Amino acid sequence: MNLPRMRVRVRRPWRSAAEVSALIIAAVVAFPLYWMVLSAFKPAGEIESDQPRPWTLAPSADAFRRVFGQQEFGRYFLNSLLVAGTVVIASALIAFLAATAVTRFRFRFRTTLLIMFLVAQMVPVEALTIPLFFLMRDLGQLNTLGSLILPHIAFSLPFAIWMLRGFVKAVPEALEEAAYLDGASRARFLWRILFPLVFPGLVATSVFSFISTWNDFLFAKSFLISDTSQSTLPMALLVFYKPDDPDWGGVMAASTVMTIPVLVFFVLVQRRLVSGLGGAMKD
Amino acid sequence: MTVRSPGVRGRSGTPWLYLAPALVVLGGLLVYPVYQLGLISFLEYTQAQVSGGEPATFQGLGNYAELFGDGEFWRVLLATVVFAAACVLCTLAVGCALAVLLTRVRAVPRLALTLAALGAWATPAVTGSTVWLLLFDADFGPVNRVLGLGDHSWTYGRYSAFLLVLLEVVWCSFPFVMVTVYAGIRSVPAEILEAAALDGASQWRIWHSVLTPMLRPILVVVTIQSVIWDFKVFTQIYVMTNGGGIAGQNLVLNVYAYQKAFASSQYSLGSAIGVVMLLILLTVTLGYLRLLRRQGEEL
Repeated sequence: MNLPRMRVRVRRPWRSAAEVSALIIAAVVAFPLYWMVLSAFKPAGEIESDQPRPWTLAPSADAFRRVFGQQEFGRYFLNSLLVAGTVVIASALIAFLAATAVTRFRFRFRTTLLIMFLVAQMVPVEALTIPLFFLMRDLGQLNTLGSLILPHIAFSLPFAIWMLRGFVKAVPEALEEAAYLDGASRARFLWRILFPLVFPGLVATSVFSFISTWNDFLFAKSFLISDTSQSTLPMALLVFYKPDDPDWGGVMAASTVMTIPVLVFFVLVQRRLVSGLGGAMKD
Repeated sequence: MTVRSPGVRGRSGTPWLYLAPALVVLGGLLVYPVYQLGLISFLEYTQAQVSGGEPATFQGLGNYAELFGDGEFWRVLLATVVFAAACVLCTLAVGCALAVLLTRVRAVPRLALTLAALGAWATPAVTGSTVWLLLFDADFGPVNRVLGLGDHSWTYGRYSAFLLVLLEVVWCSFPFVMVTVYAGIRSVPAEILEAAALDGASQWRIWHSVLTPMLRPILVVVTIQSVIWDFKVFTQIYVMTNGGGIAGQNLVLNVYAYQKAFASSQYSLGSAIGVVMLLILLTVTLGYLRLLRRQGEEL
Protein backbone atom coordinates (compact mmCIF):
# COMPACT_ATOMS: atom_id res chain seq x y z
CA MET A 1 0.00 0.00 0.00
CA ASN A 2 1.09 3.50 -0.66
CA LEU A 3 -0.61 4.96 2.35
CA PRO A 4 2.33 5.10 4.77
CA ARG A 5 4.08 7.54 2.47
CA MET A 6 1.05 9.75 2.43
CA ARG A 7 0.51 9.66 6.14
CA VAL A 8 3.87 11.32 6.71
CA ARG A 9 2.36 14.46 5.32
CA VAL A 10 -0.35 14.59 7.96
CA ARG A 11 0.84 17.08 10.53
CA ARG A 12 1.80 15.62 13.88
CA PRO A 13 -0.72 17.28 16.23
CA TRP A 14 -3.47 16.36 13.81
CA ARG A 15 -2.42 12.78 13.73
CA SER A 16 -2.26 12.55 17.51
CA ALA A 17 -5.73 14.06 17.78
CA ALA A 18 -7.02 11.60 15.18
CA GLU A 19 -5.45 8.66 16.98
CA VAL A 20 -6.77 9.68 20.37
CA SER A 21 -10.28 10.12 18.98
CA ALA A 22 -10.04 6.77 17.17
CA LEU A 23 -9.19 5.08 20.46
CA ILE A 24 -11.98 6.87 22.33
CA ILE A 25 -14.52 5.97 19.64
CA ALA A 26 -13.31 2.37 19.69
CA ALA A 27 -13.90 2.31 23.46
CA VAL A 28 -17.40 3.78 23.07
CA VAL A 29 -18.30 1.31 20.32
CA ALA A 30 -16.99 -1.62 22.32
CA PHE A 31 -18.59 -0.47 25.56
CA PRO A 32 -22.00 -2.18 25.09
CA LEU A 33 -20.24 -5.49 24.49
CA TYR A 34 -18.03 -4.96 27.54
CA TRP A 35 -21.10 -4.15 29.62
CA MET A 36 -22.83 -7.27 28.33
CA VAL A 37 -20.00 -9.58 29.39
CA LEU A 38 -19.51 -7.69 32.64
CA SER A 39 -23.19 -7.92 33.55
CA ALA A 40 -23.17 -11.62 32.76
CA PHE A 41 -20.49 -12.12 35.40
CA LYS A 42 -21.84 -9.75 38.03
CA PRO A 43 -23.46 -11.31 41.06
CA ALA A 44 -27.21 -10.75 41.26
CA GLY A 45 -27.02 -8.06 43.94
CA GLU A 46 -24.59 -5.94 41.96
CA ILE A 47 -26.46 -5.97 38.67
CA GLU A 48 -29.68 -4.80 40.26
CA SER A 49 -28.03 -1.92 42.02
CA ASP A 50 -28.77 1.72 41.32
CA GLN A 51 -25.05 2.48 41.49
CA PRO A 52 -23.81 0.44 38.52
CA ARG A 53 -20.04 0.07 38.51
CA PRO A 54 -17.98 -0.62 35.41
CA TRP A 55 -16.18 -3.47 37.18
CA THR A 56 -16.95 -6.30 39.52
CA LEU A 57 -14.84 -7.62 42.38
CA ALA A 58 -16.84 -10.79 42.85
CA PRO A 59 -17.37 -12.36 39.42
CA SER A 60 -19.86 -15.17 39.51
CA ALA A 61 -20.97 -17.75 37.00
CA ASP A 62 -24.47 -17.95 38.48
CA ALA A 63 -26.13 -16.34 35.48
CA PHE A 64 -24.43 -18.80 33.12
CA ARG A 65 -25.53 -21.65 35.35
CA ARG A 66 -29.11 -20.37 35.10
CA VAL A 67 -28.80 -20.18 31.34
CA PHE A 68 -27.32 -23.62 30.85
CA GLY A 69 -29.62 -25.03 33.48
CA GLN A 70 -32.55 -23.87 31.42
CA GLN A 71 -34.29 -26.78 29.82
CA GLU A 72 -32.34 -27.94 26.79
CA PHE A 73 -30.33 -24.79 26.27
CA GLY A 74 -27.56 -26.86 24.70
CA ARG A 75 -30.07 -28.22 22.29
CA TYR A 76 -31.21 -24.73 21.25
CA PHE A 77 -27.58 -23.88 20.65
CA LEU A 78 -27.11 -26.93 18.43
CA ASN A 79 -30.37 -26.16 16.62
CA SER A 80 -29.13 -22.65 15.87
CA LEU A 81 -25.77 -23.96 14.68
CA LEU A 82 -27.42 -26.59 12.50
CA VAL A 83 -29.79 -24.10 10.89
CA ALA A 84 -27.12 -21.45 10.29
CA GLY A 85 -24.56 -24.00 9.06
CA THR A 86 -26.95 -25.58 6.58
CA VAL A 87 -28.08 -22.22 5.28
CA VAL A 88 -24.51 -20.92 4.85
CA ILE A 89 -23.31 -23.97 2.91
CA ALA A 90 -26.41 -24.43 0.79
CA SER A 91 -26.79 -20.78 -0.14
CA ALA A 92 -23.06 -20.41 -0.89
CA LEU A 93 -23.10 -23.33 -3.33
CA ILE A 94 -26.33 -22.29 -5.02
CA ALA A 95 -25.23 -18.65 -5.23
CA PHE A 96 -21.85 -19.64 -6.67
CA LEU A 97 -23.50 -21.53 -9.54
CA ALA A 98 -25.97 -18.73 -10.20
CA ALA A 99 -23.31 -16.01 -10.07
CA THR A 100 -21.20 -17.98 -12.53
CA ALA A 101 -24.15 -18.27 -14.87
CA VAL A 102 -24.94 -14.55 -14.89
CA THR A 103 -21.34 -13.33 -15.20
CA ARG A 104 -19.66 -15.81 -17.53
CA PHE A 105 -22.44 -16.41 -19.99
CA ARG A 106 -24.50 -14.24 -22.25
CA PHE A 107 -28.02 -15.46 -22.67
CA ARG A 108 -31.53 -14.17 -23.09
CA PHE A 109 -33.19 -12.67 -20.00
CA ARG A 110 -29.79 -12.30 -18.31
CA THR A 111 -30.32 -8.63 -17.47
CA THR A 112 -33.91 -9.30 -16.46
CA LEU A 113 -32.70 -11.97 -14.05
CA LEU A 114 -30.10 -9.65 -12.56
CA ILE A 115 -32.73 -7.02 -11.96
CA MET A 116 -34.93 -9.67 -10.39
CA PHE A 117 -32.13 -10.63 -8.00
CA LEU A 118 -31.76 -7.01 -7.01
CA VAL A 119 -35.48 -6.53 -6.57
CA ALA A 120 -35.68 -9.73 -4.54
CA GLN A 121 -33.46 -8.11 -1.92
CA MET A 122 -36.10 -5.47 -1.35
CA VAL A 123 -38.76 -7.95 -0.34
CA PRO A 124 -39.58 -7.32 3.31
CA VAL A 125 -38.94 -10.75 4.74
CA GLU A 126 -41.09 -10.11 7.78
CA ALA A 127 -44.14 -9.34 5.67
CA LEU A 128 -43.75 -12.73 4.02
CA THR A 129 -44.11 -14.43 7.38
CA ILE A 130 -47.84 -14.64 6.70
CA PRO A 131 -47.79 -16.55 3.38
CA LEU A 132 -44.71 -18.53 4.47
CA PHE A 133 -46.60 -19.67 7.53
CA PHE A 134 -49.31 -21.13 5.32
CA LEU A 135 -46.73 -22.59 2.93
CA MET A 136 -44.86 -24.31 5.78
CA ARG A 137 -48.12 -25.62 7.13
CA ASP A 138 -49.00 -27.11 3.76
CA LEU A 139 -45.51 -28.61 3.41
CA GLY A 140 -45.83 -30.10 6.88
CA GLN A 141 -42.73 -28.20 7.99
CA LEU A 142 -44.23 -26.29 10.90
CA ASN A 143 -42.38 -27.01 14.16
CA THR A 144 -39.36 -28.37 12.29
CA LEU A 145 -35.99 -26.79 11.65
CA GLY A 146 -36.76 -27.06 7.94
CA SER A 147 -39.22 -24.21 8.35
CA LEU A 148 -36.26 -22.01 9.29
CA ILE A 149 -33.67 -23.41 6.88
CA LEU A 150 -35.72 -23.22 3.68
CA PRO A 151 -36.84 -19.56 3.89
CA HIS A 152 -33.41 -18.41 5.04
CA ILE A 153 -31.69 -20.04 2.07
CA ALA A 154 -34.12 -18.23 -0.20
CA PHE A 155 -33.63 -14.86 1.51
CA SER A 156 -29.82 -15.14 1.56
CA LEU A 157 -29.54 -15.97 -2.13
CA PRO A 158 -30.27 -12.65 -3.88
CA PHE A 159 -27.70 -10.67 -1.91
CA ALA A 160 -25.17 -13.51 -2.13
CA ILE A 161 -25.51 -13.75 -5.92
CA TRP A 162 -25.31 -9.99 -6.25
CA MET A 163 -22.11 -9.82 -4.19
CA LEU A 164 -20.45 -12.87 -5.73
CA ARG A 165 -20.84 -11.42 -9.21
CA GLY A 166 -17.86 -9.15 -8.63
CA PHE A 167 -15.64 -12.01 -7.50
CA VAL A 168 -16.51 -14.27 -10.41
CA LYS A 169 -16.02 -11.41 -12.85
CA ALA A 170 -12.55 -10.75 -11.43
CA VAL A 171 -11.27 -14.18 -12.55
CA PRO A 172 -9.59 -13.55 -15.90
CA GLU A 173 -11.16 -14.92 -19.07
CA ALA A 174 -7.77 -16.12 -20.23
CA LEU A 175 -7.66 -18.61 -17.40
CA GLU A 176 -10.91 -20.14 -18.55
CA GLU A 177 -9.70 -20.38 -22.12
CA ALA A 178 -6.41 -21.92 -21.04
CA ALA A 179 -8.26 -24.51 -18.98
CA TYR A 180 -10.41 -25.53 -21.93
CA LEU A 181 -7.39 -25.63 -24.25
CA ASP A 182 -5.78 -28.00 -21.78
CA GLY A 183 -8.82 -30.20 -22.17
CA ALA A 184 -10.58 -29.47 -18.90
CA SER A 185 -14.29 -30.12 -18.90
CA ARG A 186 -16.75 -27.42 -17.89
CA ALA A 187 -17.43 -29.08 -14.57
CA ARG A 188 -13.72 -29.45 -13.88
CA PHE A 189 -13.12 -25.78 -14.58
CA LEU A 190 -16.04 -24.84 -12.39
CA TRP A 191 -15.10 -26.81 -9.28
CA ARG A 192 -11.31 -27.18 -9.52
CA ILE A 193 -10.36 -23.74 -10.85
CA LEU A 194 -13.14 -21.21 -10.46
CA PHE A 195 -14.40 -22.37 -7.07
CA PRO A 196 -11.07 -22.04 -5.19
CA LEU A 197 -10.46 -18.65 -6.78
CA VAL A 198 -13.88 -17.34 -5.75
CA PHE A 199 -13.69 -18.92 -2.30
CA PRO A 200 -12.66 -15.73 -0.44
CA GLY A 201 -15.72 -14.06 -1.92
CA LEU A 202 -17.89 -16.94 -0.79
CA VAL A 203 -16.58 -16.50 2.73
CA ALA A 204 -17.27 -12.77 2.71
CA THR A 205 -20.77 -13.41 1.42
CA SER A 206 -21.48 -16.18 3.88
CA VAL A 207 -21.04 -13.74 6.77
CA PHE A 208 -24.29 -12.10 5.77
CA SER A 209 -26.30 -15.29 5.48
CA PHE A 210 -24.82 -16.55 8.74
CA ILE A 211 -25.73 -13.42 10.66
CA SER A 212 -29.25 -13.09 9.34
CA THR A 213 -29.97 -16.75 10.04
CA TRP A 214 -28.31 -16.79 13.45
CA ASN A 215 -30.19 -13.65 14.48
CA ASP A 216 -33.59 -14.65 13.24
CA PHE A 217 -36.23 -14.77 15.84
CA LEU A 218 -39.30 -13.87 13.86
CA PHE A 219 -39.49 -17.12 11.89
CA ALA A 220 -38.58 -19.11 14.98
CA LYS A 221 -41.32 -17.30 16.88
CA SER A 222 -43.91 -17.80 14.15
CA PHE A 223 -43.16 -21.28 12.79
CA LEU A 224 -42.00 -23.19 15.85
CA ILE A 225 -45.16 -22.80 17.81
CA SER A 226 -45.69 -25.87 19.89
CA ASP A 227 -42.51 -27.95 19.69
CA THR A 228 -40.07 -26.14 21.98
CA SER A 229 -37.37 -28.76 21.46
CA GLN A 230 -36.88 -27.25 18.00
CA SER A 231 -36.39 -23.77 19.38
CA THR A 232 -33.34 -21.64 18.62
CA LEU A 233 -31.13 -19.34 20.68
CA PRO A 234 -32.95 -16.00 20.22
CA MET A 235 -36.08 -17.62 21.60
CA ALA A 236 -34.17 -19.04 24.54
CA LEU A 237 -32.75 -15.58 25.26
CA LEU A 238 -36.15 -13.96 25.31
CA VAL A 239 -37.30 -16.43 27.95
CA PHE A 240 -35.20 -14.41 30.41
CA TYR A 241 -36.39 -11.11 29.08
CA LYS A 242 -39.76 -10.27 30.55
CA PRO A 243 -40.39 -6.60 29.86
CA ASP A 244 -41.69 -5.90 33.35
CA ASP A 245 -39.13 -7.81 35.33
CA PRO A 246 -36.22 -8.94 33.20
CA ASP A 247 -33.61 -11.29 34.65
CA TRP A 248 -30.77 -9.07 33.43
CA GLY A 249 -28.05 -11.46 34.53
CA GLY A 250 -29.65 -14.30 32.60
CA VAL A 251 -30.30 -12.15 29.55
CA MET A 252 -26.71 -10.93 29.45
CA ALA A 253 -25.25 -14.39 30.00
CA ALA A 254 -27.43 -15.83 27.22
CA SER A 255 -26.51 -12.85 25.02
CA THR A 256 -22.83 -13.50 25.61
CA VAL A 257 -23.23 -17.15 24.69
CA MET A 258 -25.16 -16.18 21.58
CA THR A 259 -22.69 -13.49 20.46
CA ILE A 260 -19.48 -15.50 20.84
CA PRO A 261 -19.94 -17.83 17.84
CA VAL A 262 -20.63 -14.86 15.56
CA LEU A 263 -17.58 -13.02 16.91
CA VAL A 264 -15.40 -16.07 16.33
CA PHE A 265 -16.74 -16.36 12.80
CA PHE A 266 -16.06 -12.67 12.18
CA VAL A 267 -12.51 -12.75 13.51
CA LEU A 268 -11.79 -15.78 11.34
CA VAL A 269 -13.04 -14.18 8.14
CA GLN A 270 -12.20 -10.55 8.98
CA ARG A 271 -9.36 -10.20 6.43
CA ARG A 272 -11.38 -11.74 3.66
CA LEU A 273 -14.41 -9.72 4.59
CA VAL A 274 -12.60 -6.41 4.27
CA SER A 275 -10.88 -7.24 1.00
CA GLY A 276 -14.01 -9.03 -0.17
CA LEU A 277 -16.26 -6.03 0.32
CA GLY A 278 -13.73 -3.83 -1.43
CA GLY A 279 -13.55 -6.26 -4.33
CA ALA A 280 -17.27 -6.76 -4.63
CA MET A 281 -18.05 -3.08 -4.60
CA LYS A 282 -15.32 -2.05 -7.01
CA ASP A 283 -16.66 -4.10 -9.89
CA MET B 1 -17.49 -6.78 -20.15
CA THR B 2 -17.32 -9.39 -22.83
CA VAL B 3 -17.81 -13.02 -22.15
CA ARG B 4 -16.72 -15.05 -25.08
CA SER B 5 -14.92 -18.15 -24.05
CA PRO B 6 -14.76 -21.15 -26.30
CA GLY B 7 -17.68 -23.42 -25.85
CA VAL B 8 -20.09 -20.76 -24.74
CA ARG B 9 -21.76 -20.56 -28.08
CA GLY B 10 -24.01 -23.45 -28.87
CA ARG B 11 -24.26 -24.37 -25.20
CA SER B 12 -27.07 -22.07 -24.28
CA GLY B 13 -28.47 -24.60 -21.84
CA THR B 14 -25.51 -24.45 -19.48
CA PRO B 15 -26.30 -21.13 -17.75
CA TRP B 16 -29.81 -22.31 -17.07
CA LEU B 17 -28.44 -25.51 -15.61
CA TYR B 18 -26.31 -23.44 -13.22
CA LEU B 19 -29.24 -21.21 -12.43
CA ALA B 20 -31.72 -24.02 -11.84
CA PRO B 21 -31.16 -24.54 -8.08
CA ALA B 22 -31.36 -20.82 -7.38
CA LEU B 23 -34.46 -20.39 -9.50
CA VAL B 24 -36.23 -23.35 -7.89
CA VAL B 25 -35.51 -22.10 -4.37
CA LEU B 26 -36.37 -18.48 -5.15
CA GLY B 27 -39.46 -19.43 -7.10
CA GLY B 28 -40.85 -21.63 -4.37
CA LEU B 29 -39.89 -19.64 -1.31
CA LEU B 30 -39.85 -16.07 -2.52
CA VAL B 31 -41.88 -15.52 -5.67
CA TYR B 32 -44.71 -17.82 -4.68
CA PRO B 33 -45.07 -16.32 -1.18
CA VAL B 34 -45.02 -12.82 -2.69
CA TYR B 35 -47.80 -13.89 -5.04
CA GLN B 36 -49.71 -15.32 -2.10
CA LEU B 37 -49.13 -12.16 -0.11
CA GLY B 38 -50.78 -10.19 -2.89
CA LEU B 39 -53.59 -12.71 -3.10
CA ILE B 40 -54.36 -12.71 0.61
CA SER B 41 -54.42 -8.93 0.61
CA PHE B 42 -57.47 -9.09 -1.67
CA LEU B 43 -59.28 -11.68 0.41
CA GLU B 44 -61.15 -11.78 3.65
CA TYR B 45 -58.69 -13.85 5.68
CA THR B 46 -59.03 -14.19 9.43
CA GLN B 47 -58.85 -17.01 11.96
CA ALA B 48 -61.98 -18.63 10.54
CA GLN B 49 -60.39 -18.99 7.09
CA VAL B 50 -57.07 -20.20 8.49
CA SER B 51 -58.70 -23.06 10.32
CA GLY B 52 -60.80 -23.85 7.25
CA GLY B 53 -64.08 -23.04 8.98
CA GLU B 54 -65.15 -20.58 6.34
CA PRO B 55 -64.14 -20.18 2.72
CA ALA B 56 -62.04 -17.13 1.87
CA THR B 57 -64.09 -14.51 0.08
CA PHE B 58 -62.83 -12.01 -2.42
CA GLN B 59 -62.79 -8.47 -1.08
CA GLY B 60 -61.41 -6.55 -4.02
CA LEU B 61 -59.68 -3.47 -2.72
CA GLY B 62 -61.68 -3.61 0.50
CA ASN B 63 -58.67 -4.31 2.70
CA TYR B 64 -56.75 -1.46 1.15
CA ALA B 65 -59.68 0.88 1.58
CA GLU B 66 -59.87 -0.08 5.23
CA LEU B 67 -56.13 0.42 5.62
CA PHE B 68 -55.98 3.79 3.88
CA GLY B 69 -59.02 4.96 5.83
CA ASP B 70 -57.24 4.20 9.09
CA GLY B 71 -55.41 7.17 10.60
CA GLU B 72 -53.05 4.84 12.43
CA PHE B 73 -51.70 3.46 9.16
CA TRP B 74 -50.66 6.92 7.95
CA ARG B 75 -49.11 7.72 11.30
CA VAL B 76 -47.08 4.49 11.20
CA LEU B 77 -46.09 5.09 7.57
CA LEU B 78 -44.82 8.57 8.37
CA ALA B 79 -42.95 7.29 11.44
CA THR B 80 -41.36 4.52 9.36
CA VAL B 81 -40.14 6.88 6.64
CA VAL B 82 -38.76 9.47 9.07
CA PHE B 83 -37.18 6.84 11.30
CA ALA B 84 -35.57 4.98 8.38
CA ALA B 85 -34.27 8.25 6.89
CA ALA B 86 -32.76 9.29 10.21
CA CYS B 87 -31.12 5.87 10.63
CA VAL B 88 -29.69 5.93 7.10
CA LEU B 89 -28.31 9.47 7.45
CA CYS B 90 -26.71 8.82 10.83
CA THR B 91 -25.29 5.46 9.74
CA LEU B 92 -23.76 6.94 6.58
CA ALA B 93 -22.37 9.99 8.35
CA VAL B 94 -20.79 7.96 11.15
CA GLY B 95 -19.57 5.23 8.80
CA CYS B 96 -17.95 7.61 6.30
CA ALA B 97 -16.40 9.84 8.96
CA LEU B 98 -14.84 6.86 10.70
CA ALA B 99 -13.63 5.39 7.40
CA VAL B 100 -11.75 8.63 6.72
CA LEU B 101 -10.47 8.61 10.29
CA LEU B 102 -9.13 5.08 9.75
CA THR B 103 -6.94 6.31 6.90
CA ARG B 104 -5.43 8.99 9.14
CA VAL B 105 -4.18 6.84 11.99
CA ARG B 106 -1.44 4.28 12.51
CA ALA B 107 -1.93 0.54 12.85
CA VAL B 108 -2.79 0.22 16.55
CA PRO B 109 -5.70 2.71 16.77
CA ARG B 110 -6.89 1.44 13.40
CA LEU B 111 -6.94 -2.13 14.63
CA ALA B 112 -8.72 -1.10 17.84
CA LEU B 113 -11.46 0.74 15.97
CA THR B 114 -11.84 -2.00 13.35
CA LEU B 115 -12.15 -4.70 15.99
CA ALA B 116 -14.66 -2.70 18.02
CA ALA B 117 -16.71 -2.09 14.89
CA LEU B 118 -16.59 -5.75 13.90
CA GLY B 119 -17.79 -6.59 17.39
CA ALA B 120 -20.77 -4.29 17.04
CA TRP B 121 -21.46 -5.67 13.58
CA ALA B 122 -21.32 -9.27 14.78
CA THR B 123 -23.70 -8.68 17.66
CA PRO B 124 -27.04 -10.35 16.93
CA ALA B 125 -29.97 -7.95 16.77
CA VAL B 126 -31.74 -9.54 19.71
CA THR B 127 -28.61 -9.37 21.83
CA GLY B 128 -27.81 -5.80 20.85
CA SER B 129 -31.35 -4.73 21.66
CA THR B 130 -31.33 -6.18 25.15
CA VAL B 131 -27.84 -4.84 25.91
CA TRP B 132 -28.81 -1.30 24.88
CA LEU B 133 -31.96 -1.60 26.97
CA LEU B 134 -29.84 -2.47 29.98
CA LEU B 135 -27.41 0.40 29.27
CA PHE B 136 -30.31 2.86 29.20
CA ASP B 137 -32.35 1.13 31.89
CA ALA B 138 -34.07 3.54 34.26
CA ASP B 139 -33.04 1.70 37.42
CA PHE B 140 -29.85 -0.22 36.72
CA GLY B 141 -28.38 1.39 33.60
CA PRO B 142 -25.06 3.24 33.65
CA VAL B 143 -26.11 5.87 31.08
CA ASN B 144 -28.65 7.58 33.30
CA ARG B 145 -26.11 7.66 36.15
CA VAL B 146 -23.43 9.23 34.00
CA LEU B 147 -25.82 11.77 32.49
CA GLY B 148 -27.47 12.41 35.86
CA LEU B 149 -30.94 11.65 34.52
CA GLY B 150 -32.17 9.88 37.63
CA ASP B 151 -34.74 7.24 36.77
CA HIS B 152 -35.79 8.79 33.46
CA SER B 153 -37.37 6.07 31.32
CA TRP B 154 -36.15 6.11 27.72
CA THR B 155 -38.82 3.78 26.42
CA TYR B 156 -41.74 5.72 27.88
CA GLY B 157 -41.74 8.73 25.58
CA ARG B 158 -42.33 8.20 21.87
CA TYR B 159 -39.33 10.17 20.61
CA SER B 160 -36.86 9.04 23.26
CA ALA B 161 -37.82 5.43 22.53
CA PHE B 162 -37.26 5.99 18.80
CA LEU B 163 -33.96 7.71 19.62
CA LEU B 164 -32.84 4.74 21.68
CA VAL B 165 -33.67 2.31 18.88
CA LEU B 166 -31.92 4.61 16.40
CA LEU B 167 -28.74 4.58 18.49
CA GLU B 168 -28.76 0.79 18.56
CA VAL B 169 -29.45 0.54 14.82
CA VAL B 170 -26.64 2.98 13.98
CA TRP B 171 -24.31 1.17 16.36
CA CYS B 172 -24.79 -2.18 14.65
CA SER B 173 -24.99 -0.93 11.05
CA PHE B 174 -22.27 1.72 10.72
CA PRO B 175 -19.49 -0.94 10.65
CA PHE B 176 -20.69 -2.21 7.26
CA VAL B 177 -20.47 1.32 5.85
CA MET B 178 -17.13 2.02 7.54
CA VAL B 179 -15.44 -1.18 6.38
CA THR B 180 -16.77 -0.88 2.83
CA VAL B 181 -15.91 2.80 2.39
CA TYR B 182 -12.50 2.27 3.99
CA ALA B 183 -11.78 -0.53 1.52
CA GLY B 184 -12.88 1.85 -1.23
CA ILE B 185 -10.64 4.69 -0.07
CA ARG B 186 -7.67 2.35 0.12
CA SER B 187 -8.20 1.45 -3.51
CA VAL B 188 -7.89 5.12 -4.55
CA PRO B 189 -4.34 5.68 -5.86
CA ALA B 190 -2.27 7.47 -3.22
CA GLU B 191 -0.76 9.79 -5.85
CA ILE B 192 -4.10 11.48 -6.35
CA LEU B 193 -4.54 12.16 -2.66
CA GLU B 194 -0.95 13.36 -2.38
CA ALA B 195 -1.39 15.72 -5.27
CA ALA B 196 -4.52 17.14 -3.66
CA ALA B 197 -2.72 17.54 -0.32
CA LEU B 198 0.24 19.22 -2.03
CA ASP B 199 -2.13 21.64 -3.69
CA GLY B 200 -3.24 22.60 -0.20
CA ALA B 201 -6.68 21.02 -0.21
CA SER B 202 -8.26 20.64 3.22
CA GLN B 203 -9.49 17.29 4.57
CA TRP B 204 -13.07 18.24 3.86
CA ARG B 205 -12.15 19.43 0.39
CA ILE B 206 -10.32 16.18 -0.39
CA TRP B 207 -13.31 14.16 0.83
CA HIS B 208 -15.81 16.29 -1.04
CA SER B 209 -14.03 16.96 -4.33
CA VAL B 210 -11.71 13.99 -4.75
CA LEU B 211 -12.94 10.98 -2.81
CA THR B 212 -16.70 11.32 -3.15
CA PRO B 213 -16.72 11.27 -6.95
CA MET B 214 -14.31 8.32 -7.03
CA LEU B 215 -16.21 6.41 -4.37
CA ARG B 216 -19.56 7.18 -5.88
CA PRO B 217 -20.46 3.60 -6.92
CA ILE B 218 -19.57 2.33 -3.45
CA LEU B 219 -21.53 5.10 -1.75
CA VAL B 220 -24.58 4.34 -3.88
CA VAL B 221 -24.46 0.65 -3.00
CA VAL B 222 -23.97 1.39 0.69
CA THR B 223 -26.80 3.92 0.74
CA ILE B 224 -29.27 1.62 -0.96
CA GLN B 225 -28.31 -1.29 1.26
CA SER B 226 -28.87 0.93 4.32
CA VAL B 227 -32.23 2.14 3.04
CA ILE B 228 -33.37 -1.44 2.52
CA TRP B 229 -32.17 -2.60 5.92
CA ASP B 230 -33.37 0.38 7.93
CA PHE B 231 -36.76 0.55 6.28
CA LYS B 232 -37.31 -3.03 7.38
CA VAL B 233 -36.04 -2.78 10.95
CA PHE B 234 -38.01 -5.31 12.94
CA THR B 235 -36.18 -7.00 15.79
CA GLN B 236 -34.92 -3.82 17.45
CA ILE B 237 -38.34 -2.19 17.52
CA TYR B 238 -40.04 -5.40 18.53
CA VAL B 239 -37.69 -6.16 21.42
CA MET B 240 -36.74 -2.68 22.61
CA THR B 241 -40.21 -1.14 22.60
CA ASN B 242 -41.88 -4.42 23.52
CA GLY B 243 -43.78 -4.96 20.28
CA GLY B 244 -44.31 -1.37 19.17
CA GLY B 245 -44.29 0.79 22.26
CA ILE B 246 -47.02 2.03 24.55
CA ALA B 247 -50.30 2.09 22.61
CA GLY B 248 -48.34 1.38 19.45
CA GLN B 249 -46.48 4.70 19.54
CA ASN B 250 -43.27 3.15 18.20
CA LEU B 251 -44.75 0.97 15.49
CA VAL B 252 -43.05 0.84 12.11
CA LEU B 253 -44.73 -0.75 9.08
CA ASN B 254 -42.98 -4.07 9.47
CA VAL B 255 -43.97 -4.57 13.10
CA TYR B 256 -47.42 -3.12 12.37
CA ALA B 257 -48.02 -5.75 9.67
CA TYR B 258 -46.84 -8.50 11.99
CA GLN B 259 -49.04 -7.35 14.85
CA LYS B 260 -52.08 -7.04 12.60
CA ALA B 261 -51.57 -10.54 11.25
CA PHE B 262 -50.38 -12.58 14.19
CA ALA B 263 -51.62 -10.67 17.22
CA SER B 264 -55.09 -9.80 15.95
CA SER B 265 -55.42 -12.51 13.25
CA GLN B 266 -56.20 -9.98 10.52
CA TYR B 267 -54.03 -11.74 7.98
CA SER B 268 -55.42 -9.87 5.00
CA LEU B 269 -54.74 -6.45 6.54
CA GLY B 270 -51.24 -7.56 7.50
CA SER B 271 -50.67 -8.73 3.93
CA ALA B 272 -51.95 -5.45 2.52
CA ILE B 273 -49.39 -3.59 4.66
CA GLY B 274 -46.72 -5.96 3.36
CA VAL B 275 -47.73 -5.16 -0.21
CA VAL B 276 -47.48 -1.42 0.49
CA MET B 277 -43.96 -1.88 1.90
CA LEU B 278 -42.98 -3.94 -1.10
CA LEU B 279 -44.19 -1.23 -3.47
CA ILE B 280 -42.28 1.50 -1.61
CA LEU B 281 -39.05 -0.49 -1.67
CA LEU B 282 -39.60 -1.32 -5.35
CA THR B 283 -39.74 2.38 -6.10
CA VAL B 284 -36.42 2.81 -4.29
CA THR B 285 -34.93 -0.04 -6.31
CA LEU B 286 -36.04 1.43 -9.60
CA GLY B 287 -34.47 4.75 -8.62
CA TYR B 288 -31.27 2.86 -7.78
CA LEU B 289 -31.26 1.10 -11.14
CA ARG B 290 -31.69 4.39 -12.96
CA LEU B 291 -28.78 5.83 -10.99
CA LEU B 292 -26.61 2.89 -11.95
CA ARG B 293 -27.58 3.21 -15.57
CA ARG B 294 -26.88 6.94 -15.61
CA GLN B 295 -23.40 6.17 -14.38
CA GLY B 296 -23.04 3.85 -17.31
CA GLU B 297 -22.46 0.77 -15.26
CA GLU B 298 -23.37 -2.42 -17.01
CA LEU B 299 -25.22 -5.04 -15.07
